Amino acid sequence: MNVIELDRFTKRYGSVQAVTDLTLYVPEGSFYGFIGPNGAGKSTTIRAILGLLRPTSGKVSVLGRDVSRERTCILAETGYLASEAAFWPGETVGDLLDYSARLRGRRRDQYTEELLQRLQLDPSRKVDQLSYGNRKKAAAVAALQHRPRLLVLDEPTGGMDPLIQREFFAILEERRQAGATIFLSSHIMPEIRRHCDRAAVISHGHLAAEDRVDRLAGADGKQVTVQGHAAVADLPGVRDLQETPTGQSFLYHGDPKPLLQALAQGDVGDCTITEPDLEDWIQRFYREEGDRDDSRYPVP
Amino acid sequence: MIRAILFHELRRGRLSLLIWAVSVAALLAGCALLYPSFQADAEELGKLFASMGGFSAAFGMDRLDIGTFAGFYAVECGTVAALGGGLYGALIGIQALSGEEAGRTAEFLFSHPVARTGVLAAKLAAVLLQVLLCNGLLLAAGVGSAVAVGADVPWRELLLLHLGYLLLHSVLAMVCFGLSAFLRRGAAGVGLGLAAVLYFLSLAANLTEAAEPLSYLTPYAFCDGAYVFTEGTLKTGSLVVSLLASCICLTAGFVWYNRKDIQ
Repeated sequence: MNVIELDRFTKRYGSVQAVTDLTLYVPEGSFYGFIGPNGAGKSTTIRAILGLLRPTSGKVSVLGRDVSRERTCILAETGYLASEAAFWPGETVGDLLDYSARLRGRRRDQYTEELLQRLQLDPSRKVDQLSYGNRKKAAAVAALQHRPRLLVLDEPTGGMDPLIQREFFAILEERRQAGATIFLSSHIMPEIRRHCDRAAVISHGHLAAEDRVDRLAGADGKQVTVQGHAAVADLPGVRDLQETPTGQSFLYHGDPKPLLQALAQGDVGDCTITEPDLEDWIQRFYREEGDRDDSRYPVP
Repeated sequence: MIRAILFHELRRGRLSLLIWAVSVAALLAGCALLYPSFQADAEELGKLFASMGGFSAAFGMDRLDIGTFAGFYAVECGTVAALGGGLYGALIGIQALSGEEAGRTAEFLFSHPVARTGVLAAKLAAVLLQVLLCNGLLLAAGVGSAVAVGADVPWRELLLLHLGYLLLHSVLAMVCFGLSAFLRRGAAGVGLGLAAVLYFLSLAANLTEAAEPLSYLTPYAFCDGAYVFTEGTLKTGSLVVSLLASCICLTAGFVWYNRKDIQ
């Protein structure tokens, strides 16, 4: 079963096309990464999943229900951590968590206290005096305390120190072990690489790539690093060729024979052929997307 | 869940309610308690105030004897209660929905399993309850100061006037609540500005007979102190139009908010 299904989801704000024909399936029990540069349409997609906005066209289903018709049923089993966690001034963390629990027809329980303790958050502190990282922690506890089936996390670890980040992901792993699905929007590639099993990359409101994380970067080809020099520049399938004082590095996608012949004929002392690193891949991807003209996606 | 939102709203608004209600009630009581010192020269001052042309007409002093407690209360204290409470009602109404988006708390609130209609109903109930509490204090201040002054008080008209203020403040709160659904930023200015403009419209409506139709455009007209104390009733036509306008604004706000994208 897919916990999130976007079927040709499109959202337009006036003349701005935020997301176009996005089709995405998030399998139940997965830790799913959602990657994209600023303005790519990630937040718009997340808002549509939560029913905060109406699609211009297309369909959004969550937990097997249509978001436009059964939003409250969906949200009863969903936890959301916003990228900019904002709360009502003057309240304490405890007040906030009480309110969040009551909005779900529940009360704070032992699990809430455990989360507070593990994330090292004092419930008596005023929310308007919290640092960015502590606001994130408060939002995380509010999102987790009812043990949701689906967690939607938008840049969740911003401001959290590394130890708290580790504890936070340990909690997420526990929730996943308990059967929850986690949808993680993040710019931080090590987070995606370390925790997610699948990921989608969104760019200019379009789905640019979607695959298992270990295959995502590999779809672009192999990373080839050469000590020395070989005449590879004109080979079809060579991309992002970088010349260094001691050698060359490039991405290669295609039949390996021409590459091996070129390497054999060149002045090559050593050569490694590996899967490309996800961080390098996404940085290259962002760079290439940034270079493209936005007018590729005009509003009809 | 609706109860949770209602209590949360009341809790958040309690300090604002306390400051506004106590301030306006203190002004009203302070104004009423000035009556004994005014009474000494009441006859001369009454004639003076009644002969100031447009100014007298605007505040109803051409129809009321300001030398009596009823006239003094309707003109002097009534202005404080109507305008002060009106500004408060407009402010809490206009901030009820727009404040959630301006403060970016709407995203947190609506990520919970709450229907938008339920949130609107709870917030509206909280706004009206705060208006009721504020008016309760204004009434207590008015009655208390009238008793303290020891003047001959037409209690029926005074209570009717305060019922009018309750309706006026509720109408302003409801109109602004409806508008609040359409606004994200700068809402407080819109609410306070609207309350002030409608008040000045009511003054203009009193100036000449030709301007009298303006009284149907402003809710301040149906609880005009001079009218209530001379006719013994609220201005029905203006009241009906105001209630209709507030129902239209509320309906439009509910419909729009149920369809809009939450920021």
